[in-house]
Amino acid sequence: MEDDATPTVEPWQVMGENLDIMTGGIPWGRRMSFRVTKLEKGRVWGVQPWKERLVGDPDTGVIHGGVLTSFLDNLSGMAASSSLDKARFVSTLDLRIDYMRPAEPHREILGEAECYHITRNVCFTHAWAYHESRDKVIATAAGAFAINKPRPIESLREF
Amino acid sequence: MSEDILPTRAEQVQAFLGRTPFAQEIGMRCEVMGDEMTAIMPFQQKLIGNFTIQALHGGAIAAFLELTAMAQVYLVTEHLERPPRPINLTIDYLRQGHAKDTYARATITKMGRRMCSVRAEAWQDQRSKPVTSLLAHFKVGGD
Repeated sequence: MEDDATPTVEPWQVMGENLDIMTGGIPWGRRMSFRVTKLEKGRVWGVQPWKERLVGDPDTGVIHGGVLTSFLDNLSGMAASSSLDKARFVSTLDLRIDYMRPAEPHREILGEAECYHITRNVCFTHAWAYHESRDKVIATAAGAFAINKPRPIESLREF
Repeated sequence: MSEDILPTRAEQVQAFLGRTPFAQEIGMRCEVMGDEMTAIMPFQQKLIGNFTIQALHGGAIAAFLELTAMAQVYLVTEHLERPPRPINLTIDYLRQGHAKDTYARATITKMGRRMCSVRAEAWQDQRSKPVTSLLAHFKVGGD
C-alpha cells in the first residue's frame, strides 16, 4: 500500500471522478440531499437544494441554519482531503459559522470551500454559502480539520 | 386549547419543535423542567455520516446543538415572540458520536438586551464526556 512512494494519481483526481458517491454514499448526505458539483485540488463546489423537511422556520419556509452547517462542514472536509497528496480521512476539529443574511425560501443554496493552509496534522479551510455569488453571501465558515493516517487510494472509491 | 388560556413558554417551545420540519427531521424532542431543558436526539440510521465506523454525522450533531441552544434561549426570554435568530456559532468536535441516542443541554452565559451568548454540550453515555460542544450568539431584540 504505502510502498507506492510516488503515486501517479492524486486523491483529488479520484474524488473528482466519484462526485456522486462523495455525498450520496453517506446516509446524512443523502437525507440533506446536497451534491458536490465540481472539485479541484483543495477546492470544492456544491449545491444544497431547498426541501420542505429542511425548513427551520415554518412561518417563512427558510431552511434551517443547521442544514448550512452540515453542508459547509462537508464541503470543507472535502476541500481539506482533496488538498492532500496522499489519500487520508480528515475529521472536523472545529467549525465556525457566521450567518450574514437569511437564505431565501424555496431557493437552492450554492456552496464553495477551499483549503488555504496545510500543516503536518491540520488543514485550515474557508467556505461560503450563497444564492448567486460570493458578493452576497448567506453564511461563511472557517474550519480546522485533523489529518488522519494515510489509507489506500482505492478506499476513496467505495463507501 | 381555549382562546383565553395562553400557552406557557414551555408549551410554546414544544410547539415550535413540533411544527419545525427540520427539528422533526432529526427527531429532536425536549424535556422542559422550569427554566431548564434537556434535548434528546434518538438514534436513527439516517444520522450516520460514516458507514465503516458507524459514526453520527458531525453536521447532524451540530444542527441538534444549534436547535437546543435556540430552544433554551426561547424558553427564558419572555419578550420574544418567536425563537431567536443565530448570529454565529462555533462547534468543537470533541469525540466521535456513536450510533446511539444523543442528549444536549444549553446554558446562557450572558443575556444582553440585543444579543446573548450561549454554550451547549451534547453527550451520549456520560455527561462528563461530551461528544460536541457549541458556542453561539443569538439576536434577542432590537434591530
